[in-house]
Amino acid sequence: MSRILKNTEENIFRVLMFISTTFILTILAIIIYSIFEKGIEFISWDMLTQTPKGGYYYGKEGGILNAITGSLLLAGSATLLALVIGLPFALFLNVFLIRRKKLVAFIRFLLDMIWGIPSIVYGAFGFTLMIFLGIKTSLLAGIIVVTLFILPIMIRSIDEILRTVPIGLMEASYSLGSNRSETAFRVFVRQAFSGVITAFLLSFGRAIGDAASVLFTAGYTDNLPSSLTEPVATLPLSIFFQLSSPVPEVQGRAYASAMVLTFIILLASLFSRGIGKRYHKTKINF
Amino acid sequence: MEPNLQKIDIRNLNVYHGKDKILKDVNITIPENKITVILGPSGCGKTTLLKCLNRLIDLYPELKAEGQVLINGKDVLNTSEDIHNIRQQMGLLSQRPYPLPMTIYNNIAYGLRLRGVKGRRELHRQVMHYLQMVNLWDEVKNRLRAPASRLSIGQQQRLCLARGLAVNPEIILADEPTSALDPISSQIIEEEFITLKDKYTIVLVTHILRQARRIADHVIFMYLGEVIESGPPEQVLENPQMEKTKAYLKGAFN
Repeated sequence: MSRILKNTEENIFRVLMFISTTFILTILAIIIYSIFEKGIEFISWDMLTQTPKGGYYYGKEGGILNAITGSLLLAGSATLLALVIGLPFALFLNVFLIRRKKLVAFIRFLLDMIWGIPSIVYGAFGFTLMIFLGIKTSLLAGIIVVTLFILPIMIRSIDEILRTVPIGLMEASYSLGSNRSETAFRVFVRQAFSGVITAFLLSFGRAIGDAASVLFTAGYTDNLPSSLTEPVATLPLSIFFQLSSPVPEVQGRAYASAMVLTFIILLASLFSRGIGKRYHKTKINF
Repeated sequence: MEPNLQKIDIRNLNVYHGKDKILKDVNITIPENKITVILGPSGCGKTTLLKCLNRLIDLYPELKAEGQVLINGKDVLNTSEDIHNIRQQMGLLSQRPYPLPMTIYNNIAYGLRLRGVKGRRELHRQVMHYLQMVNLWDEVKNRLRAPASRLSIGQQQRLCLARGLAVNPEIILADEPTSALDPISSQIIEEEFITLKDKYTIVLVTHILRQARRIADHVIFMYLGEVIESGPPEQVLENPQMEKTKAYLKGAFN
């Protein structure tokens, strides 16, 4: 009797898991399909390689090259900056503050809270900050705000990976006479390397895809800046511009632009996996 | 030269976990160039005692140690001296191997570099030397650049031993180093210890009675955080004075 019950339980869970997996995959497929379905006929080599000409938003020729370059520039710089600040911070939590468990738990709680703040709030905050500092909407302002926006994501993602490094490895490192920074940067970073790459990717994806935080800060433009202090075009805003156009052709281009954005994230993912794999071999599986 | 019978001298050591006393008034001495086996059932505080020696206990904020741990006459528990230098005097071998997440070569070279060894040829010479010391060289000489994670557990443990020796310690601390290993790898490690005791003071924590019988020069029997009996193996293992030791030898606590 109990075996039959056990089997029924197993089967129920199997069906539930199947349903939820199918549900998620279907939704994802529908999103990607609808972007492709609406965008594929408008994508062209010209669109990818040309800057927007005067009448681009009325359906005339031109392309979104500025937005692509601008987004890569903005998101790339912001993600690098967030890594440079976030990695030491996460190492600090896990190596230097090992005796301060309550403090670390509190910092994690704060970071999780900040993670949940919507990006439009970052945009508004950034705008206030810019007025205070006397900076105009510019690439620099965009980078600063996007960095702030993805910093909690970066730190907590790296942090979760570092937490999985076993204490035995830390003991091994200390018993060889290494100090805390050697333990952090030479042992922990190596062990967690593929996770750091994932954190980088996750942050980059958020940075390049977010429109609200750049709206007030990086500028409302379709030009490329010639210096850090000029506004910069970004893909999410470019999609927004094109979608709000009444011209069906331009709306189609918006979907084509969304395809480009999706493709960039896919490329970044494949690329970082390649790097991660190289270091994955030296990771010790505990 | 007469061996120093008090290479390590532990006086009135108490360790607290919150309000619980997990080491109670430990007073022992550990002789130089001998294998001292700390024997006892699981949970008797053997590992904690070991962690007091190289101050890894610092990593556990819930543990608090009081008393003195004198190594070469210097109290390492209450010292202002750089803790990293103190730890370098003691190689650690843990229950399961924790190789560093890098290549076989760099696992040894890491400690050498920390010690200030420079130059490719000198590094290579010393890496070879230490790998030979643990009889690993012939098995890995053609794949020094392979990740240490590719080695078998037994090989990893010997790599960890070589890595510990490479920082030129005086003492080897081993915490049940064969518990994750197969019988052949365990035997290799035990034989290694017998060879190494000419140059190093070895402190081996184990709950395996037969292992103690095979290699101990000096035995310390612990039970529930207390040292019950210590002395040469002929005495502690063959002719114990205390009731608890007798019971353990009969297998009562296992």
